[in-house]
Amino acid sequence: MDTINLTIDKKNIVVKKGTTILEAASGIGIDIPTLCHMKLEDLNIENKPGGCRICVVEVNGRRNLAPACCTEVNEGMEVSTHSMRVINARRTVMELILSDHPFDCLICAKSGNCDLQDMAHNLGIREIRYKGEQSTYREDTSPAIIREVDKCIMCRRCETMCNEVQTVGVLSAINRGFESVVSPAFEMNLDHSVCTYCGQCVAVCPTGALTEVDETGKVIRALSDPSKTVIVQTAPAVRAALGEEFGMEAGTLVTGKLVAALRRLGFDHVFDTDFAADLTIMEEGTELLNRLGKHLAGDKDVKLPILTSCCPAWVKFFEHQFPDMKDIPSTARSPQQMFGAIAKTYFAEKLGVKREDLVVVSIMPCVAKKYECGRDEFKTNGNPDVDHAITTRELAALIKLSSIDFKSLPNEDFDNPLGESTGAGVIFGTTGGVIEAAVRTAYEIHTKKELPRLDFDELRGMEGIREATIDFNGLPIRIGIAHGLGNARKLLEDIQAGKSQFHAIEIMSCPGGCIGGGGQPYHHGNADILKKRQMAIYTEDKNKVIRKSHENPYILKLYEEFLGNPMSEKAHHLLHTEYFDRT
Amino acid sequence: MPKIKLAEHTIELIKEICKEFDNKESELINVLHGVQSKLGYLPAEVQEVIARELKMSVAKVYGVVTFYSFFTMIPQGEFPISICMGTACYVRGAEQVLSEFKRQLKVEVGESTEDGKFSINCLRCVGACGLAPVVTVGEKVYGRVAPSEVKKIIAEYREGCADDAKTA
Repeated sequence: MDTINLTIDKKNIVVKKGTTILEAASGIGIDIPTLCHMKLEDLNIENKPGGCRICVVEVNGRRNLAPACCTEVNEGMEVSTHSMRVINARRTVMELILSDHPFDCLICAKSGNCDLQDMAHNLGIREIRYKGEQSTYREDTSPAIIREVDKCIMCRRCETMCNEVQTVGVLSAINRGFESVVSPAFEMNLDHSVCTYCGQCVAVCPTGALTEVDETGKVIRALSDPSKTVIVQTAPAVRAALGEEFGMEAGTLVTGKLVAALRRLGFDHVFDTDFAADLTIMEEGTELLNRLGKHLAGDKDVKLPILTSCCPAWVKFFEHQFPDMKDIPSTARSPQQMFGAIAKTYFAEKLGVKREDLVVVSIMPCVAKKYECGRDEFKTNGNPDVDHAITTRELAALIKLSSIDFKSLPNEDFDNPLGESTGAGVIFGTTGGVIEAAVRTAYEIHTKKELPRLDFDELRGMEGIREATIDFNGLPIRIGIAHGLGNARKLLEDIQAGKSQFHAIEIMSCPGGCIGGGGQPYHHGNADILKKRQMAIYTEDKNKVIRKSHENPYILKLYEEFLGNPMSEKAHHLLHTEYFDRT
Repeated sequence: MPKIKLAEHTIELIKEICKEFDNKESELINVLHGVQSKLGYLPAEVQEVIARELKMSVAKVYGVVTFYSFFTMIPQGEFPISICMGTACYVRGAEQVLSEFKRQLKVEVGESTEDGKFSINCLRCVGACGLAPVVTVGEKVYGRVAPSEVKKIIAEYREGCADDAKTA
C-alpha cells in the first residue's frame, strides 16, 4: 500500500495515498471547517464540489491556498490549517458569502441549527465589508418543503442528495455567475416536479434555504379549540432521535418522556404509530402470503416480488418513475394512514365523537408525511384521516415553545387502545425493520410454528442494498432490502428486466430508513448519529414484552370487534389504497 | 410555462440527433447544439425529450441550457440578428448599433419581433475584428456597421430580398 508522509500543523503523519488534506487532518483530530463538503461514512454519500472555499489551508511552497476537501496529500507536504493567511482568507470568503445572504437570522427557521450561522460565528465575523446587489428569488412552497432560495449558498449538497443518492433529479444548478442558483427544471414549483418530498435536501441544507412546511401553528390552534378532541400518534423513529433536540446523546431512547411531553402539550389521547405498524404487518404480511400461495400454486399472473408501501416518498417515486409497475407494491396503506383511518372510524365511534370533531395529529421523522396525509384518497368527504403531520423537529419546537423541561419529565405510558405495540412495530423505524417484522408474522402464520429466534441479523445493517434468504420451514423466502431511492431504483430495474429473484422487497427512501428521515434532528453530516439511532430502535424492540405483531392483544381485539379478518372487505376499504400514474 | 405540443416528426428529429451521439449524457452539449441548429431554439418540451433520450434529469439539461448564453429557449426570428460585443467591436461602437436595432425593432436582446421576422442577440467575436463593428443576419456578415445603416439592413429583409440569410 502506498503511503504518504506529511505534516499538518507541525504534526508528522502517515496516510494512504489519495487521502485528502481534510481527511488526513480529521484523522489526527484537526477540524478544518467546511460548508459544502459532506461525507456520510458507510452510506456512500459524499458531496465534494470544492465550492465554498471555507476549507482553504496553506501548503508550504504552493503559491495559492489549497481547498482541503479536494486536494490530495503529497509526499513531504507541510500544511498549516490556521495560519494568519488562512484565517484571513476564510473570513473574506465568509464575508463574501454573507454579502449575498439575507440578514434575518433572528427569525429564520434554521436559526440555531444553521451551519452558515455557526461558521460565521466561529470565524468571528462582525462586519461585512462588501456591499452590493443581493440576489432575490421567489419563495416556492409545496405541501411539504419550502424553498427560500435567497438563502442558498450553492453548496450543492441538496443536488447531490436529489441526483446521486436519490436519483430523483429534481434539483440542479442553473444559470451562471451571480444569477446561479439551485432549482427545479424551468424554475417550476416543487409541487409541479417529480419531487418525492423525501426531504433529504432539507436534511443536509446548511442554511435556511430548504425547510419543512411549519404546521405547529395549526396544531396549537386545534389544541386550544374546546370543540375538538385532539389525538396524536408518534412514529417509531421519533423516540430514537427527539432527545438530541434537548442536548441528549444521540441514540438515547426517550419514549416515556415523549409521551409525557405530548400529554402536557394538551393532547387528549397519546397513541403510537407502532400500533398501526403492527396493523400494517397483519395486512401486508397476509397479502404477501396470499400472493406467495398463488405463486406456489402455479398462478403465472401473480405479482412478485411484493414491495413494501409504508414510505410515502417511495410511493411517489414509483408513481412518477415506474408507473408501469404500480401493481407490484403492496396495497397496504402506510402506518400513518392506517392509524388515521382507524382513529376516525373505530376510535371515533368508541368515543362517540363525529369525525369532523376529531383531530388526528402525527409526529413523524419525515416531511413526505405532510404530503401523504393531504392525498385525496385518504380523505372522507374532504375530511382527512390525518389532519396534521409534524416532524420530530417541529415537535421539539412545540415543546420548547410551551416551556416544558423535557429532560426532567417522568416516563409515561401510551394510552389505549391505539397505543399498545410490539417490538415488530418499533423496528419499522430503521432500514430492514419492516421486512423483519413481516417475517416474524408471516413465518408463524405460514408454518403454524413458533419462530425459534426473533432477531434476524441477516436483515439488519446499513448496506444500501441487502439480501437474505429466510427458511420458512423448508420454503426459502428470498428477501431484498434497499434504502435510499437510488438503491431502490437498482432493484426496480432488475424487476423490470425480469432479473429479480426476490419474493419480497423492503424499500425506504431515506438513507438508514426513517431514523435518517428528512424531518429528524439535523445530523450535520455525522453518520454515527444514524447508527446510534438504529441501535436505539433495536434496543426498544428487545425491551418489549411482545415482539410479534400478530400477538398484539389490541390488534386482535380490533379485528374481532371491527375489521373481521386481515384483507376483509372492511379492512380493504380502510387499510388499503391504490396508486396512480403521475407521468 | 406555456405547453407546446411537439410534432411527431420533431420528436423523431430530436431522437435522431441524440442517437448520432450514442444517447450519451456526456454528449449533452453537442446534442443541444445539434437540436438548436435545426429548431432554432430549445423550448422546455424539447429539453424533456433530450433528457429522456440521454437518461438524465431534465433539471440538469435545463442547468446546461441556462449556463451557456449560446443556447436559447426563446424562438429566434426568421432572420436572427447578432451584434458582436467583443472588445474590438465594442470600442468601435457596437453598443450604439445594438441600441439602434433595439429602437427600430422595438425588442430587447433575446427577444423576437411580434411578426416573428427578427430577433436580436449579442455574441462575442466572430473573428472578423478588422471589420468591427460586426453584425450578422443569419449567415450573412455585415462589417463596419454604423447606427445610420441599421434601417437599411432591416429593410433588406423586410422586403424579403435577401433569401440567402434565412435560418436553416
